Amino acid sequence: MKRPPRPKKKPAKVLSDRDAWILKLYVAGQTPRSIAAFANLKQVCEEHLAGKYRIEIVDLLKNPTLAKGEQIFALPTVVRQLPTPVKKLIGDLANTERVLVGLNIKPVAKGVSKAMEK
Amino acid sequence: MSKSHAPVSLKKCPTGIRGFDELSNGGLPRGRPTLLCGGPGCGKTLFAMEFLARGVMQFKEPGVFMSFEETPGELAKNFLSLGIDINDMIRKGLMAVDYVHVERSEIEEAGEYDLEGLFVRLAHAIDSVGAKRVVLDTIEVLFSGLSNAGILRAELRRLFEWLKAKGMTAIVTGEKGDRTLTRYGLEEYVADCVILLDFRIREQISTRRLRIVKYRGSSHGPDEYPFLIDRDGISVLPISSLGLNYPVSKERISSGIERLDAMLGRNGFYIGSTILVSGSAGTGKSSIASFFADAACRRGDKALYVTFEESPEQIVRNMGSIGMDLGRWVKKGLLKYNAVRPSYCGLEMHLVALYHAIRGFKPRVVVIDPISNLSSVGSKAEIKSMLTRLIDYLKLQRITAMLTDLTHSGDPAERSSEDISSLVDAWLLLRDIEIGGERNRGIYILKARGMAHSNQIREFVLTDHGVDLLDVYLGPAGVLTGSARVAQEAREKAEVLNSQNLAEKRMREREHKRKALEAQIAALNAELATAISEQQFMVVEEKKGLDNVQKDRVDMARLRKADSPKNPGERKRKEGGK
Repeated sequence: MKRPPRPKKKPAKVLSDRDAWILKLYVAGQTPRSIAAFANLKQVCEEHLAGKYRIEIVDLLKNPTLAKGEQIFALPTVVRQLPTPVKKLIGDLANTERVLVGLNIKPVAKGVSKAMEK
Repeated sequence: MSKSHAPVSLKKCPTGIRGFDELSNGGLPRGRPTLLCGGPGCGKTLFAMEFLARGVMQFKEPGVFMSFEETPGELAKNFLSLGIDINDMIRKGLMAVDYVHVERSEIEEAGEYDLEGLFVRLAHAIDSVGAKRVVLDTIEVLFSGLSNAGILRAELRRLFEWLKAKGMTAIVTGEKGDRTLTRYGLEEYVADCVILLDFRIREQISTRRLRIVKYRGSSHGPDEYPFLIDRDGISVLPISSLGLNYPVSKERISSGIERLDAMLGRNGFYIGSTILVSGSAGTGKSSIASFFADAACRRGDKALYVTFEESPEQIVRNMGSIGMDLGRWVKKGLLKYNAVRPSYCGLEMHLVALYHAIRGFKPRVVVIDPISNLSSVGSKAEIKSMLTRLIDYLKLQRITAMLTDLTHSGDPAERSSEDISSLVDAWLLLRDIEIGGERNRGIYILKARGMAHSNQIREFVLTDHGVDLLDVYLGPAGVLTGSARVAQEAREKAEVLNSQNLAEKRMREREHKRKALEAQIAALNAELATAISEQQFMVVEEKKGLDNVQKDRVDMARLRKADSPKNPGERKRKEGGK
């Protein structure tokens, strides 16, 4: 009975730094588009959310049931799990401007980074 | 259609939807997507649902329902309204439901994408149940959720090709556009079979119609077919699919009126025939129909009485007044009344309600009283088409039907108000005969296919013990009925009496004459007898006289002491010898 509470604390700790942003990238296999999407996403994150993000890749070909739960139909899709609210962004993320707007990174990122600095 | 195509006919996938498989010659194209389009509320989802559910229940083909509009909970509820427990099917692994939630405000687009996610989900759902049937309802929602129409179109084309490659018989629904079949031109991609559903309201009465716009490589009914949605799902009512090849019977059944049977060549109507009884108001149509139903119940057959005018209680009461106890048949479950106002629903709904009632009750005799009331909910052509279908259906089921028809006084009596005379096999005409300030009912058979029937008019009299058909008199003044007939009967009776008297009188006269002659004979006989006896007497007297003379002579001789001869003869000889 005492064990279960412990794992709960771990993510709470992690949340503070690396898991401030949890982004899930849904793809179906290693297609050029999914590879491009991952590269583009990583680039944006490195640029604006360095050290504060984590990207999880979900391959629907391996876990098709996950698509239903997250209501994924277009690929690739990035789901911003955290911070809430959940946001969805579809496409190969080549349009950086739209990625920033879509994931609501630009303003928040500045605000967050400032807040963090202080 | 072109000769280069293989002669192998297109494989069909039966939908199980009543009527649809007939008019599409077997169902939807198997292994291909079909576009089902129509306006809001036209029944697309229901059609698709029924296609899947019947696939599971009747054809053992599992299905996948991919919904873009309704949540699984709502879908389950909708299915349940058709009496289908979709959750049970899902539990048994016969059906998969996937709800795709598309909400524009929740999605941002950044660059190129595809709908592979949808494919993955669909593939997973298909594989999880081994589906043969797929419904996408309504995939067009994607167009409102995603802005890149170019990608969407390409992806939809790919999706339909993919479905085809997987051998899925699919229904793709689409909302009707302004001038196009679907708002987003889905018909461009789903080209094998396109079905259009339509929902029209005219004079506050709604009619649903279905049309197969296109069916590549298959013949199909070209018309608009009305269809109905009721608690058992969709029923499409093909007008012309039945054709004229129903079984016919030589057996007959009684009309319930003995003399009417006699008029029909002694045996009544053919089983499975359709009888029209027309007449103006109050000519006894319902009574004849009730007798017909009553006779069926007496034989132990089930009768369905559809009334558009009176309540069942009222009919039972009214028929009680002419000595018919219909209530007992109702109690026994042999007679069923189906009473609705014509304006209660559209013609097509009436037709389906009838189908339903007939299918459920399985009567051998159906009465519809009166068909003319339907004119309040449809045009002549519509009513005729409805009745054609109804009659075809009844004939196919070998149900003998009697339709009553109210003709309007002033109309030529020989004109049926709905022009269905060509559809019926026998036509009884009830007619008012107005003579001498009286209105009486006359009945005659206008036509009776395939039987030698009477050409005479009979007077039709309703009494408290039933119905009588009486001979009417055709005199110089025309047909005599009612009191004129009674007077004629009295006259005839008097005449008969008269001639009887005359004959009796003649007989008496003859008798008299005979008796007189006999008397005469007796008198003459007496006279004869007298004459004979007188004659005999005279002979005796004469002999007596001779004997006396002889005796006297002998005496005289004795006195004269003459030798007496032995006998007078000798003496005579001796005397002669002298």
